[in-house]
Amino acid sequence: MAVVTYRDALNQALREEMQRDPDVFLMGEEVGVYQGAYKVSRGLLEEFGPMRVVDTPITELGFAGVGVGAAMVGLRPVIEFMTWNFALLAIDQLVNSAAKMRYMSAGQIGVPAVFRGPGGAALQLAAQHSQAFESFYAHIPGLKVVTPATPADAKGLLKSAIRDDDPVVFMEGEMLYNLKGEVPDGEHVVPLGRADVKRAGRDVTIVCHSKTVAVALKAAETLAKEEVDAEVLDLRTIRPLDTAALLESVAKTHRCVVAEEGWPFAGVGAQVVDTIQREAFDELDAPVLRVTGADVPMPYNKQLERAAKVDAPKVVAAARSVLYRD
Amino acid sequence: MAGTAVPRTRTRRRGLDPALKDEYRAWLRQMLLIRRFEEKAGEAYSLGKIGGFCHLYIGQEAVAVGSLAALRPDDYITCSYREHGHALARGISSRAVMAELFGKAAGCSGGKGGSMHLFDASLGFLGGHGIVGAHIPLSTGMAFAIKYRNTDQVAVCYFGEAAVNNGAFHEALNMAALWKLPAIYICENNRYGMGTALERASAIYDISERACSYDMANEVVDGQDVLVMHAAMERAVERARNDKHPTLLEVRTYRFMGHSMSDPIHGHYRTREEVEDQRKRDPIAVWSQRLIEEGFLDEAGVKALDQEVVEEVNDAYQFAEEAPDPEPSELYTDVYANP
Amino acid sequence: MTTKVVMEALSPTMEEGRLVEWKKGEGEPVAVGDVLAEVETDKAVMELVARTGGTLLKQVVPAGATVPVSELVALIGEPGESVDNGKPARAQEQGTQPAPGRNQPTSMPPAPEPSPRAASGSAGASGPAVKPTAGQAAPSTPAAAATPAGAAAGRIKASPLARRIAAERGIDLTAVSGSGPEGRVVLRDLEGAAAAETPAGGRSPAASAAPAAAPAAAAAPVAPRIVVPPSDGAPYTDVPLTQLRKTIARRLVQSIGPIPTFYLTTEVDMERAWDAREALKTLGDGPKVSFNDIILKAVASALRQHPACNAWWQDDRIRYWHEIHVSMAVAIEDGLITPVIRHTDRKSLREIAAEAQDLAARARSRRLTPEEYTGGTFSVSNLGMLDIDEFTAVINPPETGILAVGRIVDKPVAHDGQVALRRRMRLTMSCDHRVIDGATGAQFLKTLKAMLENPLVLVW
Repeated sequence: MAVVTYRDALNQALREEMQRDPDVFLMGEEVGVYQGAYKVSRGLLEEFGPMRVVDTPITELGFAGVGVGAAMVGLRPVIEFMTWNFALLAIDQLVNSAAKMRYMSAGQIGVPAVFRGPGGAALQLAAQHSQAFESFYAHIPGLKVVTPATPADAKGLLKSAIRDDDPVVFMEGEMLYNLKGEVPDGEHVVPLGRADVKRAGRDVTIVCHSKTVAVALKAAETLAKEEVDAEVLDLRTIRPLDTAALLESVAKTHRCVVAEEGWPFAGVGAQVVDTIQREAFDELDAPVLRVTGADVPMPYNKQLERAAKVDAPKVVAAARSVLYRD
Repeated sequence: MAGTAVPRTRTRRRGLDPALKDEYRAWLRQMLLIRRFEEKAGEAYSLGKIGGFCHLYIGQEAVAVGSLAALRPDDYITCSYREHGHALARGISSRAVMAELFGKAAGCSGGKGGSMHLFDASLGFLGGHGIVGAHIPLSTGMAFAIKYRNTDQVAVCYFGEAAVNNGAFHEALNMAALWKLPAIYICENNRYGMGTALERASAIYDISERACSYDMANEVVDGQDVLVMHAAMERAVERARNDKHPTLLEVRTYRFMGHSMSDPIHGHYRTREEVEDQRKRDPIAVWSQRLIEEGFLDEAGVKALDQEVVEEVNDAYQFAEEAPDPEPSELYTDVYANP
Repeated sequence: MTTKVVMEALSPTMEEGRLVEWKKGEGEPVAVGDVLAEVETDKAVMELVARTGGTLLKQVVPAGATVPVSELVALIGEPGESVDNGKPARAQEQGTQPAPGRNQPTSMPPAPEPSPRAASGSAGASGPAVKPTAGQAAPSTPAAAATPAGAAAGRIKASPLARRIAAERGIDLTAVSGSGPEGRVVLRDLEGAAAAETPAGGRSPAASAAPAAAPAAAAAPVAPRIVVPPSDGAPYTDVPLTQLRKTIARRLVQSIGPIPTFYLTTEVDMERAWDAREALKTLGDGPKVSFNDIILKAVASALRQHPACNAWWQDDRIRYWHEIHVSMAVAIEDGLITPVIRHTDRKSLREIAAEAQDLAARARSRRLTPEEYTGGTFSVSNLGMLDIDEFTAVINPPETGILAVGRIVDKPVAHDGQVALRRRMRLTMSCDHRVIDGATGAQFLKTLKAMLENPLVLVW
């Protein structure tokens, strides 16, 4: 197995899918000549030409709509948002157009498009550039929301997303692009809607996704020193949520902490907690706790930013609490 | 091709082509069908058989009929939420459209879309869309797909004049011109965005001039004359299909009814006199008069056509009323292709 | 400006007071500290004093009326100030809270907050981590302060998992002490409980230790292992409950009531005590020493040797007192009161006798202050003078032990190999089993008996 970065894993997925299916094309700001704002599309313009690697004006609403329209007539666009912060300008196209077309037309018209780009906070980018919007999109029936945490998942999930006949919101992490990891050689497809146990454990389940997976793994190491055996469950896909995996893990550990980068109110964790309390009520030995980003716009100051972000000590503290160890 | 290179076409009188007699007749029939259909829909709405919003097309019939007549079956069409007329003119049966308004399973959108969301994929009729302006980029995307596949289809988008102040309009037209897409944007300028007159919302009153920003071909069209509409559309289609060049058509028309069924015909924003004045150029009267004048039809022929569509509409009404509701299980279908 | 005078809480347990007699009449000038009225509380007749000066404008309630605490009883203001039916236009409330110290014996420092989490999650039953907290600043109330699961309004707090497992294993949740937040029963508590029912299956040290102490008071041949920490100068040490202690407490409460009491009886040969008392009598001066005084002294001395019996039950911990304050039950006209002889162990028999006489007399005339009848650490109740052979006394919480003293009676007993008539007295100790186990109480009684049978030990 080759060790590649998350960025290159995504690049591989794009390249392989564009080679496999001529209907797949990439569109977005700086994806072509510039080779991608984060170099995810490096080399694709040269290989596939400007009709399939399309640089757009800075018009998120416009090119998101173009993607939806192209998908409505059968193409498989991959629409890159430079970041999901900018995609707010296009949210109408995702929510009102992409998510609803199949339903409004009683199944006649689908939107097999992927909307992808980095989400969440990087470092000191301040309020407008440091937002995790998973729960916005996961709220919408008709959309799928995918949040890979590792290079292998990034590649496998992007390939699945491109092949999927529904609109997929694919959220990457700017801080993850340089993450290295083993990626299986050859055809590697990870199905949507399947969570993954990144670390097996008996005592407490830490539910996480995207960047919080690394945080949870680090927290699990700390907990291990306290003889707490934490299970790290990477949701990978927020919608559809892998309820079965969630319940299986909680039935094993009886305790659960949900870590997410986004804000607490109506966040992904809220849905996870709801699912657990409804479906696994009799398995719980403690209330499920959530660890989220602070309920504030992201500050610029480094110390304040650190305080606002989810980190391993916060996850460890929550885990101790659900274990009644604090 | 510069924006000013295309001659502006006003309501010039053109001669009729006897070879097209059946087509002319068909246009009149379609316009009559739309008129009677919308009248019936208004009646059904007031009886509570149609719910939600219901935006009638009465007064604008020549636009849909004249323009759609210039298209091929494989072209793509997107509309705003005032799209009953386009759906009928494109060929969706009056039964399927009325059943959709009634929310019935036999509706063209299975009862899930309603008045604002009529679809028929087999006819390339890709929806009525409910967010002002938001469907314009979709049409650009369809045009992009046509270019991507290198076919000679065109993508046509209908919207009202209020949408041109919307960012989506600019973004979509800019990209269409930038990428030279086979797109036709038909702005049905009925002079009011709901209750706001064009002059109160737009810094430029001639919407066609907006095309200059994108170096896009444009025309101002008399939307009350189906023949003129059709001719302008033929030119736009030619540009798109053959030259891969988009067009903005500003079609001057008028809605004889309120914005929606919950809006009075006059309201505070326009006078009864204005409406009465505009009614003098009722597109159906204009066209039937023309056909009579030129000997393609007589009064009795027009009446017979009218009687025919009234019967069709009555049949559609009865069909819609008797059609079953969607199965309760339909609630959860069509959300995802692969849930 | 008119000041409201309200019924004050003049005893720690007082909820209402009967206004016995007004000491100031309407229109009379009043200085701060003046006695306005006498109020009969649930324990004694107390004085209601003025906390502001002026003129007593109105007696809002008549003498003889019973008034709930903090209700209006009088108005003080400027002479001639108008009062509208006892509701002045502008009135400031005279403090509704009693002054600090008045609701608590002054000899006791304020009770510290529970020591946080010292025993929470600790499986080891022996050698509990002792943290003297008396006099220290109280930490914020810990989230995990364990309380009996069934204590609050009868609802058992248990995690869903604990409920399911308990149902599956047939464990009665009311008998399980919860270690989670607010006493929530969680899985690990259940594991202990399950083990307690099947000793062989014990899985944790706490669980395996539980059966020995749990079911009954009698069976405990081993010497008690309660190690009361030495005093570091504070009057007592709070020891958080161990899991074992919690389990014992919970199960016993379930069995027998809020205070799981058991009784130990012994019979004491009082010949020597009798002689000693006769000898003291001949001294002539000072107060007359009663047998009860001797018993009080002996009890105090025995408690010094058995501090495990000198304790309070405090719900989430046991307060082991380093000071010994023996309460003595005194029958009064319409009830019972237990004045306290402070530092009983440090006082001579003569001092005890004098103090006991004074307290008893004032108790009967209902002139005791709350400080004088609260704060005891152990009680003695004597019905010997009423010809009772033996009886069981009811524990006076938060104390955990009370000694019931019967009459001294001539009995034929085996003595030095012969049947002889001896003066004998039966003592029955009531023990709160949550704190005092059978053997612990028995050892105390054994020492007490030895002391009474050889009074010299009292001065040894």
